[in-house]
Amino acid sequence: MGSPEPLLLMRGIVKEFPGVRALDGVDLDVRPGEVHCLLGQNGAGKSTLIKVLAGAHQPDQGEIVFAGAPVRLAGPTAAMRAGIATIYQELDLVDGLSVAENVFLGHERARLGFTRRAEAERAARDLLARLGHGEIPPRREVGRLPAAGKQVVSMARALSHDARLIVMDEPSAALAHDEVANLFRIIRELTSAGVAVVYISHRLEEIREIGDRVTVLKDGRSVAGGLPAQTTSTDEIVSLMTGRDVEYVFPERPEPEDDRPEVLRVEDLTLPGAFEDVSLTVRAGEIVGLAGLVGSGRSEILETVYGARRPARGRVLIDGRPVRPGDTGAAVRRGMGMAPEERKSQALLMNESVAGNVSVAGLSRYASFGWLSRRRELADVRRQIEALDIRPPDPRRPVVTLSGGNQQKVVLARWLLDPDGLRLLILDEPTRGVDVGARAELYAVIRQLAGRGIGVLLVSSEVPEVLGLADRVLVVREGRVVHTGDARDLDEGSVLNMIMEGSAL
Amino acid sequence: MTETSHSEGSTPQTPGNGTGVGERGEPLGPVLKKPGAGGSWRRPFARNGGAGSREIHHLGLVAALVLLALVGVFTEPDNFATSGNVVGILALAATIGVITVGQTFVIIGGGIDLSVGSVMALASVWATTVATQSYGPAVMALCAILVGTGAGVVTGILISYGRLVPFIATLAMLVAARGLAQRMSDRKTQLVRPENDAIEALSTTKVLGLPLVVYIFAAVAVVGWLLLNRTTFGRRTFAVGGNPEAARLAGIDVRRHTLLLYALSGFCCGIAAIIIMARTTTGSSTHGDLYELDAIAAVIIGGTLLTGGRGTVVGSILGVLVFTLITNLFILNGLQTSDQLVAKGVIIVIAVLLQRRGLRSPT
Repeated sequence: MGSPEPLLLMRGIVKEFPGVRALDGVDLDVRPGEVHCLLGQNGAGKSTLIKVLAGAHQPDQGEIVFAGAPVRLAGPTAAMRAGIATIYQELDLVDGLSVAENVFLGHERARLGFTRRAEAERAARDLLARLGHGEIPPRREVGRLPAAGKQVVSMARALSHDARLIVMDEPSAALAHDEVANLFRIIRELTSAGVAVVYISHRLEEIREIGDRVTVLKDGRSVAGGLPAQTTSTDEIVSLMTGRDVEYVFPERPEPEDDRPEVLRVEDLTLPGAFEDVSLTVRAGEIVGLAGLVGSGRSEILETVYGARRPARGRVLIDGRPVRPGDTGAAVRRGMGMAPEERKSQALLMNESVAGNVSVAGLSRYASFGWLSRRRELADVRRQIEALDIRPPDPRRPVVTLSGGNQQKVVLARWLLDPDGLRLLILDEPTRGVDVGARAELYAVIRQLAGRGIGVLLVSSEVPEVLGLADRVLVVREGRVVHTGDARDLDEGSVLNMIMEGSAL
Repeated sequence: MTETSHSEGSTPQTPGNGTGVGERGEPLGPVLKKPGAGGSWRRPFARNGGAGSREIHHLGLVAALVLLALVGVFTEPDNFATSGNVVGILALAATIGVITVGQTFVIIGGGIDLSVGSVMALASVWATTVATQSYGPAVMALCAILVGTGAGVVTGILISYGRLVPFIATLAMLVAARGLAQRMSDRKTQLVRPENDAIEALSTTKVLGLPLVVYIFAAVAVVGWLLLNRTTFGRRTFAVGGNPEAARLAGIDVRRHTLLLYALSGFCCGIAAIIIMARTTTGSSTHGDLYELDAIAAVIIGGTLLTGGRGTVVGSILGVLVFTLITNLFILNGLQTSDQLVAKGVIIVIAVLLQRRGLRSPT
């Protein structure tokens, strides 16, 4: 360790996507044998940077020097060949193949096209033993291994390529506590053999335990590089991660009125493995925000309230009356509406027009005995297009041609067709994939809806968004609500502290 | 990557200024409305709702029909363009056509029904047993429909509540229904008895030169079109097939809807059984062999996506007519049925290749 010659040197990496500059000048240097941690909020550019390293994205500008020579990582194979292996958060293993087959997937031990099973199994066993997991049978089907076992297989695969740099994207996210300890042991063994690790995690305590140096990304730039992981203060890291350039424009909050009736009451809601004993209320006209990391259980809470998941315990009440659990149809009939996290896969009918997407949840409003009145449907959709200013204002346009912000408005419009029916709007990451400019507009829409007496329950990964938009904030960590308070009494730093370290602060 | 060139609302709003926060029940006020955003919006794309490409695809099928008809006129001028032959083609198309309408719904809804041919056979056998026939032609027809629908409900339950993959569940029904039909009929062809000749009359009675079975086919097609395009059921079918998760989160009971789709397909098989009884005056466990493949092929060349969420009844009907016309031409020209199968295979591939170019929207 301590070698001044960096193994990897990235300078001024820029990567643009249509409408977004995901990376805007990132510098990173990684020394051999160190664990280099990458920190940053959601959307800071961590995932894009990893993909550049893995050869999945080509940078628009900047240079990459690996092991002393400039390299162009033209594709995943090129990156592998150069000695850079990436272990993604969603492990890219084939469940139906054996451990050994997965380890050597793409570079099978073969002669004349015939795989040499015994040899591959022997080699896989050696690699697994090197990782301290000689007990994993190389013939076992990967799908039957626990998450921790799969991770070890992924690492064995990385080693099988003689990787000199291993990128790990939130490797601890899927692991239990004692499994994390084992992961760290493996990482230490790797680094003592001179392998460098780029480690991504949201958990500061992990970074303190395993990391050597830290690079912080914010809004696509590296704002600090090579900070000592053990000694840099949490406050300093948090302030580097926040204090963004992008100004959010939030609508003004009305004065809180505590006499407004409760729209939603959630009592002791529990979904094992996701969250436990969550209780909360939303009053008419109130915006309640949940802040928490991906995997903290926040999205699952929303989905369970909405009936998309069936809780093991607890009740959901709308206007004081319980809603049938695990039934989205019942939730909709009782006046709930949801804009889910993954707009394309969970909300939109991508083959359909704007009108078809808006009316899908309220078709019976335009039907007598199942017969649709398209005239009435179109008239209502037009009214919503105008009210929400969906552009272009054409109900027949295919929804795929709309921008992210307008697609989100289409999803919102779906729940506004019945002017009196909507009681509670559930928004999971309402501004994901929405241009910064269009966000202000969405915030205004959400606040306006609340002004009509609708309760809003929202989740966002972006802490400033929760703080700026919500009246009341619930902080969720590891499936539990750890703090409830008025949004005005909280700032970004304190919420980030609670999210990442919780009881320590 | 579907960003369009027009700008998002980039003017930051400073809401809370009072305007437009209407009372509950009013549509949202004009706070978000931009001056001039209403009428003068210019369309950046000429595409409009994908309807254009769909019509082009239909036109292509019509052109194929015309081309095939011309081939018929030139190769067999004496036999092809006779009223007898045209009526024959339509009557031949009626059985598979009715099945195809049901299949279209199932495929748009994201599934597939392999059991259609054998369910039709089972319905025809059940309706022609000695016991059923003793109640007269009306009960026979009702029996065929009930058996078909019942089989559809069973597969539907297996798929929607038993969570079987549609391919597996309908494959099981294909085998089982054929077996049950063989058992009931003892592998013998059951004749429709003379006193029940009202069944046969459906194919012998002609109105305006066309037998009644052709009208049944037309009626099923029209009702199918209306059901798909003008009712909540049809709209939900597109939603369930296009994005089941989004449909569920929009409050649609996806499982019940899936069940209804297979019940509908079974219902169509029951009607097809009546038509085949009328045309052959028999009920037999050998009826409808490989109809599932013809029906699926017709749906596919008609422009319906096998992955669900998009498709038309009109396209499927045109697909059936194209296939029936090919069969007819080969028979008239005395060509091998084996060549006919090759021709069908080629047409499926060509149609899908054209579809990929014409129907894809920017995704």
